[in-house]
Amino acid sequence: MILRYGPIAGIFLVCAVHAQAPADVYSRGGANPAAVACASCHGAQGEGMEAGGFPRLAGLPADYIKKQLADFASGARANPIMQPIASALTREEIDTLAAMLTAQAYPEVAPVGKGAEVQELGETLALRGAWDRNIPECVACHGPGGRGVGEVFPPLAGQPAQYLAAQLIAWQQGTRTNDPNDLMGHIGRSLTADEIEAVSKYFAGLKK
Amino acid sequence: MKISCTAVLLSAFGFASFAAQGAEIAEDQSQILTRPDSPASGRYFRPPLEREIPDNAFGKLVQEGRAIFVDTKNRAPEYVGNGLSCGNCHLEQGRRANSAPLWAAYTMYPAYRKKNDRVNSYTERLQGCFQFSMNGKAPEAESRVIAALTAYSYWLAMGAPTGQELPGRAYPEVPPPAGGFDLAKGERIYADQCAICHGADGEGQKAGENYVFPPLWGADSFNWGAGMHRINTAAAFIKENMPLGKGGTLSDEDAWHVAAFMNSHERPQDPRLIDGSVEKTRDKYHANDGVNLYGMVVNGRMLGQGVE
Ligand code: HEC
Ligand code: HEC
Ligand code: HEC
Ligand code: HEC
Repeated sequence: MILRYGPIAGIFLVCAVHAQAPADVYSRGGANPAAVACASCHGAQGEGMEAGGFPRLAGLPADYIKKQLADFASGARANPIMQPIASALTREEIDTLAAMLTAQAYPEVAPVGKGAEVQELGETLALRGAWDRNIPECVACHGPGGRGVGEVFPPLAGQPAQYLAAQLIAWQQGTRTNDPNDLMGHIGRSLTADEIEAVSKYFAGLKK
Repeated sequence: MKISCTAVLLSAFGFASFAAQGAEIAEDQSQILTRPDSPASGRYFRPPLEREIPDNAFGKLVQEGRAIFVDTKNRAPEYVGNGLSCGNCHLEQGRRANSAPLWAAYTMYPAYRKKNDRVNSYTERLQGCFQFSMNGKAPEAESRVIAALTAYSYWLAMGAPTGQELPGRAYPEVPPPAGGFDLAKGERIYADQCAICHGADGEGQKAGENYVFPPLWGADSFNWGAGMHRINTAAAFIKENMPLGKGGTLSDEDAWHVAAFMNSHERPQDPRLIDGSVEKTRDKYHANDGVNLYGMVVNGRMLGQGVE
């Protein structure tokens, strides 16, 4: 830190100020100016921004957040917007951001599971899967209601449909390859365009 | 560690002799042996689609049976003594070929089972699953739970040829590793491929009250009397169905190693325990039941003590 920014006194000062009030990284940006304030895209409270397809961060598991930031930086999850931001964050900034974001509540979702009956395509994929293509029920890993399980399986419920679809397409195009043991990748690659749209709408609609 | 190796090798040899007597044992429906490759032909029976469930009283019972099957702990709580659902071991709601599908089971009963030395009806087969796999108690033959599960199985088997064993029944047997199984290898495979879902200590993972990833051993898992406690049966299940969504990716050897590792941990006691004695229970029920570690000494401890 000192080695890198020490020569430029101004930046070093900013860095010191932020180190004292780390929660500000979220709303004001990190020590490195490339670490743009998260709030401008992810919403004032980390609630996400539907119009831009920016995901909700508030209430995501801390390890999941840290892993995604590391994967953006390494390129295992290639994204032109997040790559420079994630690369510019310090380890301390990432730890505080993750702790602050995970401490917030994720919206309550009814725990709809495999016991429920199904009608539409999206719901069918979520609660029945498409086992002829080795696609398990999405809730088998993302939990009933898509509320997420533990630190590894992120919630899907209430994320913008555009965002969810973009992730599934990223797995198809090979720009997101960061999932452990290709557990999610083979699923993303096996879905059709109609299925991606339907299942993304289904989980996006599960809020409140 | 030395002691464990001896126990392990013994049981692996035990399997060889057990396999050699296959002809006799084939009569025994406690353990359903299917060929490893015959189902690969893809000629599986196709059960009716869920949307074809009739809109009448029968259809309601079928749908109820389906829901109990995938959410057993919540929908039949009085009969379930662990954290599992039937569907945890019979994937795709009991439809998936090579995951002991209900459509291939239903038409095969009544059948003789060495497990209790008598001809069992389908009802008795279902009751057995509750006592052992679900570590609970058998629902009464006249109960709604048995009626619903039977209706669901019957509906799935509608149109299936009767009086013959269908391809895709049970879990296709996987040949054991030539040198016997290896618990240390199994532990490594477990850490790499399974712990992410089932937990570092096999404890499973919950979302709220319910398990999403079922426990593989310990108090909330299947008991020592369940078919899955046999290493050969677990290897067959795992090879075909695990890691979830990636069935068929483990080698035969690795499926055995990891199955042995899983079944070298404590789980609830066999409800048939005789006079409180693990040795007597082993002699009567486990000595000739495939490959298993009940009553064997592993890492200096005798398995089969049970956990509450
Ligand atoms: C200019 C807009 C923008 C800014 C500023 C921004 N992000 Fe993002 N963020 C995005 C986009 C777009 C995505 C989705 C990327 C993709 O499709 O892979 C994303 C995704 C993420 C994800 C992954 C979420 C998930 O569910 O996998 C995390 C974590 C994240 N951002 C954290 C941050 C943090 C922390 C900051 C502030 C330091 C920040 N972002 C600033 C646009 C932004
Ligand atoms: C076998 C387990 C498994 C199943 C089944 C599964 N997923 Fe996933 N999914 C994962 C894992 C693991 C991740 C997180 C990958 C990572 O670490 O970046 C993930 C991530 C995702 C993401 C990205 C979330 C985010 O915030 O960026 C989406 C979207 C997604 N899954 C959709 C689905 C859908 C739709 C289905 C059902 C068709 C499904 N998943 C079924 C394991 C699974
Ligand atoms: C822990 C895993 C597990 C659970 C949970 C489980 N089963 Fe099974 N089931 C098995 C195994 C293993 C077999 C194979 C029998 C054998 O070889 O002993 C089997 C066999 C069966 C069969 C006979 C299959 C055939 O082809 O003859 C039926 C029917 C059945 N189970 C129904 C159920 C029902 C109903 C439940 C829930 C009440 C249930 N199972 C719960 C593992 C499980
Ligand atoms: C992506 C998550 C995931 C991974 C990885 C995974 N499993 Fe599973 N496993 C599950 C789920 C979910 C079920 C229940 C299936 C259902 O209900 O449809 C299950 C069921 C089981 C069962 C039967 C139920 C029980 O509690 O006994 C066994 C045995 C099992 N897994 C063993 C393994 C082994 C061994 C590995 C590693 C080779 C493994 N699993 C890897 C998710 C996973």
